[in-house]
Amino acid sequence: MSAEAEVRRGAAAGEQPAAGALEVRDVSQSYRDARGRSVQALAGVSLAAAAGEVLAVVGPSGCGKTTLLELICGLQEPGAGSLSGPPAVLMPQRDLLLPWLDALDNAALALRVAGASRARAREGAQAMFAELGLEGFETARPGELSGGMRQRVAFLRTLLSGKPLLCLDEPFGALDAITRAEMQEWLAGALMREPRTVVLVTHDVEEAALLADTVVVLSPRPGRVRATLEIARPRPRRRSDEEVLALRARALELLAGVPAPPSDVREHAGELR
Amino acid sequence: MSATLHAGGHRRARPGAPQARPAARRRRALAARVRRVAPPLLAVLALIAAWELYVVISGVERALLPAPHEVASALWHGGAVLWRNFAVTAEEVALGLCMAIALGFALAVAMHLLPAVRRAVYPLAVGSQAVPIPVIGVLLVFWWGFGIFPKLVVIALICFFPVLVTTVDALASVDRDQLKLMRTLDASRWQAFRLAELPAALPAALSGARVALAVGVIGAFIAEVATPTSGPYSGLGRQITTDVNLQASRAYAGTVVLVAFALLCFHSLALAERKLAPWRARPTGERP
Repeated sequence: MSAEAEVRRGAAAGEQPAAGALEVRDVSQSYRDARGRSVQALAGVSLAAAAGEVLAVVGPSGCGKTTLLELICGLQEPGAGSLSGPPAVLMPQRDLLLPWLDALDNAALALRVAGASRARAREGAQAMFAELGLEGFETARPGELSGGMRQRVAFLRTLLSGKPLLCLDEPFGALDAITRAEMQEWLAGALMREPRTVVLVTHDVEEAALLADTVVVLSPRPGRVRATLEIARPRPRRRSDEEVLALRARALELLAGVPAPPSDVREHAGELR
Repeated sequence: MSATLHAGGHRRARPGAPQARPAARRRRALAARVRRVAPPLLAVLALIAAWELYVVISGVERALLPAPHEVASALWHGGAVLWRNFAVTAEEVALGLCMAIALGFALAVAMHLLPAVRRAVYPLAVGSQAVPIPVIGVLLVFWWGFGIFPKLVVIALICFFPVLVTTVDALASVDRDQLKLMRTLDASRWQAFRLAELPAALPAALSGARVALAVGVIGAFIAEVATPTSGPYSGLGRQITTDVNLQASRAYAGTVVLVAFALLCFHSLALAERKLAPWRARPTGERP
C-alpha cells in the first residue's frame, strides 16, 4: 500500500516539469451563466511557462482569460485536460484590499494567513514595502491611496505569499494611461528584483509586448490558442523598441483574425512550441 | 467638513484681507452648524406649536390629549417618579439590547458558516417576529418570576431580528473574488471568515443594532406591560399604561422621556459605529 503510494508520488514527480514551470495541456472548461445555460469558456488550450518566465495571455474580452487563471490557481477543476505547475497565487483584476486594514497590513495579509502575529507580519512586509516604492504609506488606509499605489500594495500582497507562480489578472486595467505606463515600468523592475514565474492576463497588447517573454494570443470565446509569439529582447524594453512594435503589430493582426505570419516575429501557429 | 464644502462656493479672491480669514472661517463654521441644527429643531417646535394650537382650537378632552405646556409641567412635577421608572426601563433596554445583539450576531455567523443552520433557523427567526408578546409573557413570568429577566427576553426577542438580518446579508455580500483571493493565499475557511468577512459585517451589525435600538424602547414598553413586576418602580411602560387613564399629562411626559432616550441611544450607537468602522462612509442621518 505504502509502496504503491510511493510509486504514484514518484510518477507524479516525474510528470512535473522543472520546478516552478507551468504546463497547461489541452484544457477545456465550461460554466453556467446567470440563466443556467452552459457556456464554453476555453476549448483545448495548451500553454507552458518555464521557471522564471513571464507569459502573457492576450485575447478579446470574454475569451476565458480569467477562467484560465482560476484553473491555474486551483480555484476551479478543469472540465477536460490537465494542468501541472507550482503553487500559484492570484492577483485579481480589482485590488480587493481590505478597507479596514492599513496598507502595510494589507500587504502582509499572506504572512498573517501563514500564522504570523500582526506585528511579525508587518515586520516581514516592511522591507519589501520600501523596496517597491511604498515607504511612508504604511499606515494609510486603501481609501487614501491612489490607484497605482493600491495596485502596488496588491502586488506586494501577492508577492509575499511566497508562491513561485504569480497569476496577474489585468493588473493595470483600471488605471489611467499615464499611471498604467508607470506601473508597467515598475512591474518590470519589481520582477527583475524578485524573479518569479508569471502568467499575465491582459487585453493590452502593448503591455504584453513590454513585459512578457512569451505572448499567447487567444481567440474569442471559446478561447483557443491562436498563436504563441516570442520576444527575445531582454527587459526593460521601450515602447519604441523594434521587437515590441513588431510583436504588438502581429498580436493585433492575430486578434483581428489575420492568419499569415510575418518574418520578424518568432511565432508558432496554435500552441505548438 | 460640510463647512469647507459650502465655503468652496462662496470663496472669492479678496486681496488684502488676510486677517479676516480666521474670523470668516469661524463665521462659516457657525453658519454650517446652524444649518445642521436648525431643521430638526424647527420641526420639533412646529410640531409642538401645531399640537398646542389643535388642543386649544378643537377643545379636545384634556384627559385624551393634554396640551404641550401641561405635559411640560407634568414632566417638571413628576420628575422624581418619572426618573425612578426611567432608570428601570433604561436598564432593561441596555441589557436587553446587549442580549439581542449577541444573539443576532451569533445566529448570523452560525447561519452564514453552516447552510443547514441557515435553512433551519431563518423561518423560525422570521416567525418569532409575529408572536404576540402577551401570549408568551405569562409563560416567561411562570419560568423566571417577576424580576428583570423575562423583560430582557422579550426585548431580545423583538430586537435580535434586525441585527440578524443585516449581519447575515453583509456576510453574504462579501465579494466572491475576495474569498477566491483568500483561498489562493492558502487561508483556511476560518481565516477567510476572520480576516475578510467578519470585519466587513461589523458595520452592518452596528446598523442593525441601531434599528434594534429604535424598536428596543417600544420593546421595553411591551415587555413591562406583558410581564408584571413586583417592585414599587416597574418602569416607564407600566407607569404610562396606568397614567393614561388617570393623569394623561404624565403619561405623555413619560412618552417624551422614552422618545428622548431612544434618540440619545440611536446617536450614541452611530458614534460607536464611526469609531469602530472609520473606514466606512459616515452613515447619514445620525446627527441631529
